[in-house]
Amino acid sequence: MDTTEIVDLITVVIDGFEVSVPKGTLVIRAAEQLGIQIPRFCDHPLLDPVGACRQCLVDIEINGRAFPKPQASCTIPVEPGMIVKTQLTSTVADKAQKGVMEFLLINHPLDCPVCDKGGECPLQNQAMSTGRAETRFEGVKRTFEKPINISSQVLLDRERCVLCARCTRFSDQIAGDPFITLNERGALQQVGIYEKQPFKSYFSGNTVQICPVGALTGASYRFRARPFDLVSTPSACEHCASGCDMRTDVRRGKTLRRLAGDDSSVNEEWNCDKGRWAFKYVTAVDRLTHPLVRNEAGVLVQASWPEAIAAAANGLKANTSAVLVGGRATHEDAYGFSKFARIALGTNDIDFRSRLSSDEEREFLAAHVVSSSTTYRDIDRADHVVLVGFEPEEESPIVFLRLNKQVRKRALKVTAIASKLSIGVEKLKAEFVKVAPGQEAAALSSLALTAQSIILVGERACESAGVLTAVAALADSTGAKIAWIPRRAGERGALEAGAIGNLLPGGRPVIDTPARVDIATFWGVPSLPATVGRSSDEIYAAVNSGSIGALIIGGVDPLDSDNSAAALEALEKAFVVSLEIAPSEVSARANVVLPVAAITEKSGSFLNWEGRARSFDAAVHDSLNRSDLRILSMIAEEMGAELNLGTVTAAAKEIASLGAWDGARASMKPVNPTDAPTLSGNQFILNSWRRLLDLGTLQKGEENLAGTARQTVAVISPNRAQAMGVADGDLLMISTSHGSVTLAALVENIHDDAIWAPRNSRGSQLLVNLGAGHGAVVTVVKL
Amino acid sequence: MAEIEPLKSNEMDLRKVEFTQVDQPGSVGLTGHMKGFWTTFSTIFKKPETVEYPEVKAPTQERFHGRHQLNRHPDGLEKCIGCELCAWACPADAIYVEGADNTEEHRMSPGERYGKVYQINYLRCVFCGLCIEACPTRALTMTNEYELADDSREKLIFEKDDLLGPLRAGMLMPPHPMYPDMNDSNYYKGDVLGAHPSQEVNK
Repeated sequence: MDTTEIVDLITVVIDGFEVSVPKGTLVIRAAEQLGIQIPRFCDHPLLDPVGACRQCLVDIEINGRAFPKPQASCTIPVEPGMIVKTQLTSTVADKAQKGVMEFLLINHPLDCPVCDKGGECPLQNQAMSTGRAETRFEGVKRTFEKPINISSQVLLDRERCVLCARCTRFSDQIAGDPFITLNERGALQQVGIYEKQPFKSYFSGNTVQICPVGALTGASYRFRARPFDLVSTPSACEHCASGCDMRTDVRRGKTLRRLAGDDSSVNEEWNCDKGRWAFKYVTAVDRLTHPLVRNEAGVLVQASWPEAIAAAANGLKANTSAVLVGGRATHEDAYGFSKFARIALGTNDIDFRSRLSSDEEREFLAAHVVSSSTTYRDIDRADHVVLVGFEPEEESPIVFLRLNKQVRKRALKVTAIASKLSIGVEKLKAEFVKVAPGQEAAALSSLALTAQSIILVGERACESAGVLTAVAALADSTGAKIAWIPRRAGERGALEAGAIGNLLPGGRPVIDTPARVDIATFWGVPSLPATVGRSSDEIYAAVNSGSIGALIIGGVDPLDSDNSAAALEALEKAFVVSLEIAPSEVSARANVVLPVAAITEKSGSFLNWEGRARSFDAAVHDSLNRSDLRILSMIAEEMGAELNLGTVTAAAKEIASLGAWDGARASMKPVNPTDAPTLSGNQFILNSWRRLLDLGTLQKGEENLAGTARQTVAVISPNRAQAMGVADGDLLMISTSHGSVTLAALVENIHDDAIWAPRNSRGSQLLVNLGAGHGAVVTVVKL
Repeated sequence: MAEIEPLKSNEMDLRKVEFTQVDQPGSVGLTGHMKGFWTTFSTIFKKPETVEYPEVKAPTQERFHGRHQLNRHPDGLEKCIGCELCAWACPADAIYVEGADNTEEHRMSPGERYGKVYQINYLRCVFCGLCIEACPTRALTMTNEYELADDSREKLIFEKDDLLGPLRAGMLMPPHPMYPDMNDSNYYKGDVLGAHPSQEVNK
């Protein structure tokens, strides 16, 4: 709690003990502070009180006047002079609680042996602590058909439900997706979905986690294990830059489920469905297990580690080499790649941005993002949040939840500068500034912000020239804070680790001589390369023109770039060393393939968009796979360079003692926005982003999860739809000179010049199919 | 509180430790000897308990804790629902269970869930019977079989196939559907007495 906030304290007596709590605290919370546990089901500290289950009944008197009946302690705030007697000191409260428990158990089935919640069930536990030992109910229990799918990943057993309304309140208040509700009355009351709108929420997994009974269960964990089978390890989420605290439950070396951890400064107690349910890629059957080396006949054959390391080292030594590290590497691994490039390869040609990127972005990152510290707390305090090139619900769901919370609690003003009004932005009740794709910069300059405002910039902001320049100018003139929120979990860490051509670790500019000397001294090398390195696209181009001969690549999908043909050509041409967990486009074309550990098999840390370290331990301990860092050290040693990064701990220590750069930041060269292209009859400007649930590599094999992905559609505006005679559901063919995709049309609020389609969803892989993701002029034909 | 002083080195010298003579019991006398030998003598006239094992095998007591058995419902479906309560109850961590979903095409037990993997490690099992007490469906019981010696670790980890009871008259080999118009409660109440011809799907 902030020390500057003045808090009124109220003193109450609970079970004979005095406790002082801030005004407005609920009795049940005040009791918790004394260590007095009042049984409860519906109460949840992050949800509005509802008093639905009546399990937390206590005896209350205020200034000598007692309530006539026991009261629900989860709905009553403390008052001066209040004396509370819980079940520990009041026989009335005790009897009331036992009675409520008996009522709750009347219709609760005795199927604990097959229930997934068995063993970690609040109802089981509290029935033992505050219930009767014997049932007096002799009638027939109410039964329902079970289980029913309320989405492809959430199953509902209605007869187990105690009607606490945690799930419905979560969906309504926290996620903003009120797709489930309590239907019917009396004994038949039940959680239900709307017939026309299934429970397709990105946050539905949280309802499974907070359900105090086994009424909501996850389809992919159903009957898989029992809590006592599982070994739990605190971990961090590798899916996006939100930085959720997680818990990974493993049985016999296999991850069976992941739960949201409790970190009030980041994800509170929530996470998104992707983080919760996309983990099978680690145990996918096609994992790489042995090093592979391409022999003289051009075939990849299994090799021993020393052979493979030697082959990699020789190939890298014999050529001018560059490094491509994807946005999924941990901070330590990215640091390893960064140091490897500088020391072993003697180059600054390294880039972590395995996606659409620009030089403007690189300069923006160096000038405004590296070492900056805008946090979730700043969002809590902001007076105005601007979203630029950023779709929070799809690209960083926990940021969305935080924004939603502030919008709901204090009507935080949100402005979204985009071409299409998205579901998420609509839920945030944001002011929608509609611009044509590529014209976001102009809209920025007209915003009136204060020093309390925050500009949330997504990684897609680099796709329109001049936007980042405009963001920087707006922040300079108004004092507003900038937060750059990439999509991938490792990007901020890679930036801080200097896995980019214009920065050394700790945000030290490459062109700054003292900064270079600083790092060279620290690393114990005579000098470091002084020219700014090339970006991903430039590296691929340099390979194709012959000036780079070898690449070392970790976790990159070449199809994520809009010029994938050039990337694939470069991979064919160059000597490629691939560090991968599973066969990919890169490993298929590599000369040496080195299998590496997946996230659950190694320790490390991610820096989330705030720059906050999210460290984690290996959840699976007996894996033989090595981290990227260890393998890089081995290659470097073979090449005659000393990386001295044998372990993750060593790397973390080195990063910590290196610290951030205290010298001058690099400056940014302004870039002018490009003029809007002129469009003829059936031409549109392409706009797209990646959805949370799509064809991402880390979602492989998750069919239940894929079932709740949003529909693949092409969105056009009502005006253009009318002009073209298109109605919802008509097929549209979007084409460029590169290729085409055919999608069902959806007429929605979007700029007249723009057409939107998901970037990497089933049936709509724009980068591969159209060779463009944003800003390209496309031709649209109604089929 | 009194300080504990460290031992001085001479206190640890064995040669300086004083030994005390402990009183030994005296002679038992003739009556004592007679008493003892009477037991030996009287046994001569008793029927010997010894049997020529393994040629002759004496039956155990009725409730002897022997090898486990996984039982079947009268129509052949397995009683085990894979709930793992036996594994939970086991003080020796000898049982390992993995549950799985029953589907219409592949039904091993009534209800939603069955035990897909079921292992008992007889190198660990102490035959205490807590697993039997824990079993909610009487799927797991113990037989009187005690000949469980073997020569390798693998052979002493019994899989589900080794533990399942035999198919008796009227039973069908699962997977097969439930008895028509019956649900899992009927099975538990004992309403199903044998297989119905319509359940015969995998001849």
